[in-house]
Amino acid sequence: METKTSTGSSQVETLAGVHLPIYMDNQATTPLDPRVLEAMMPYLTTKFGNAASRNHSFGWEAEQAVDAAREQVARLIGATGKEIIFTSGATESDNLALKGIAEMYRERGSHIITQVTEHKAVLDTCRRLEKSGCRITYLPVKADGTIDLEDLKRAIDDKTILVSIMAANNEIGVLQPIREIGKICHERGVLFHTDAVQAVGKAPFNVIDDCVDAASISAHKIYGPKGVGALYVRRRNPRVQIAAQIDGGGHERGMRSGTLNVPGIVGLGKACEIAQNEMAEEAVRLSALRDRLKTRLEAELDYVHVNGSMEHRLPGNLNMSFVYVEGESLLMGINDVAVSSGSACTSATLEPSYVLKALGLGDDVAHSSIRFGLGRFNTEAEVDYVAAKVIQVVRHLRELSPLYEMVRDGIDLTKVQWAAH
Amino acid sequence: MAYSDQVIDHYNHPRNVGTLDKASADVGTGLVGAPECGDVMRLQIRVNHETQVIEEAKFKTFGCGSAIASSSLATEWIKGRTVNDALSIKNTDIVKELSLPPVKIHCSVLAEDAIRAAIGDWKKKNGVAELSPPTPAR
Repeated sequence: METKTSTGSSQVETLAGVHLPIYMDNQATTPLDPRVLEAMMPYLTTKFGNAASRNHSFGWEAEQAVDAAREQVARLIGATGKEIIFTSGATESDNLALKGIAEMYRERGSHIITQVTEHKAVLDTCRRLEKSGCRITYLPVKADGTIDLEDLKRAIDDKTILVSIMAANNEIGVLQPIREIGKICHERGVLFHTDAVQAVGKAPFNVIDDCVDAASISAHKIYGPKGVGALYVRRRNPRVQIAAQIDGGGHERGMRSGTLNVPGIVGLGKACEIAQNEMAEEAVRLSALRDRLKTRLEAELDYVHVNGSMEHRLPGNLNMSFVYVEGESLLMGINDVAVSSGSACTSATLEPSYVLKALGLGDDVAHSSIRFGLGRFNTEAEVDYVAAKVIQVVRHLRELSPLYEMVRDGIDLTKVQWAAH
Repeated sequence: MAYSDQVIDHYNHPRNVGTLDKASADVGTGLVGAPECGDVMRLQIRVNHETQVIEEAKFKTFGCGSAIASSSLATEWIKGRTVNDALSIKNTDIVKELSLPPVKIHCSVLAEDAIRAAIGDWKKKNGVAELSPPTPAR
């Protein structure tokens, strides 16, 4: 099938009209939109000023660009420019929100509620806060990946200062009911932070309607550059205060010192503007592509399993387990397609995905999972290529799989005495 | 992760994939690993009772590319050897042949276990003592 038409980079064009390798891992990161790069270029070249330089035009034009970007970010999420703090990315934003709020509200209480499928940027920050005396409640999730709101209500007590629940999960794309969560928090007088990295620009998200007090945003998940993000911090009803975690020149109204990454910030702003204009249309297109992929895989393969809710889900995410096939071996077979696996073998810890395990999936199903992350630049031809390739490789690996053979012979794998190692 | 050419070759062209009749007296079956660990190997041998030579070896493996390659290689190596000779295969030989990185050494260990389990099963079925008389070199 493959021809050798080299196309500039290391990509190869096939007869099906797709360029290999295909990038379908857009929950990990996204390519830079050319329009974003275009907006950034002047600030990487001639307009190099420091936004904090108050006494010359180089500084002024940088500051203007930052202010414009602040407005673009704010507009996308229903905030005001003054509520946006630029950071190095969402990990920093999560750290700043949790540690900054825990420190500032210490007198009022030290109980924080989060949930088990959060990103490590939230979970590991919570672990550190536990060491410094905070009490953390980790809510479980239901089989569809969402939390139970009754669990949340029960967990809030008079020492609770903060609830941190992500808007959309990075592995399974599941959207948490953040509007309901926000309402509960506001009724109970508790602050609500959300890691909105995966949701912003892809699913409706509005800090007013969703009663959000702090939200973490990243540029590189929305076709912007890496190394830049933002933290939304509410200014009224209530006014949220955050203790700075990086000391220095008092940038970002004292909440985050450090010379501003002007080109990155301009890129984040432009990425937000594009997302605002194109999100609705893009969501429809990506949902259709995602469903096309899912339908093909389900039609051609048995023992496939979608992980997490299909109803409450990001448009571009599909997380599927191909049971009785180990994820890393599947990735090896589809090595011209960039996707991720929840298999232990692909992680540094040799543990299968904690997110999938939290859904109640057995380790064996977690080991068999693949995350397909569709994005702005994926095409229907690519989806068809990926579907065909996955089907072919899963069939090959099932020919090799003793488990598949045993199940087809009617053996109950849970009754087998395995020699664990 | 980068795979060695040998691992890729075994993954793309696995040797001796298949199933032997488990109930047959001359067949030994080794099933090692566990689904929740992400590796299960089934290695089967058909042994000539007179010569104790492994005349046929088949495998099926659920696991990563290195696990598939380790078991595929194991079947290649044990075929034509006597059972006692096959027992001399060490996981380190497999690591070397496939250039497995440290994180994949457990795959080779599992393959060695599978060889031992299959031979053990055959010996048990056939009443062969663990210390059977040494057989002449092949």
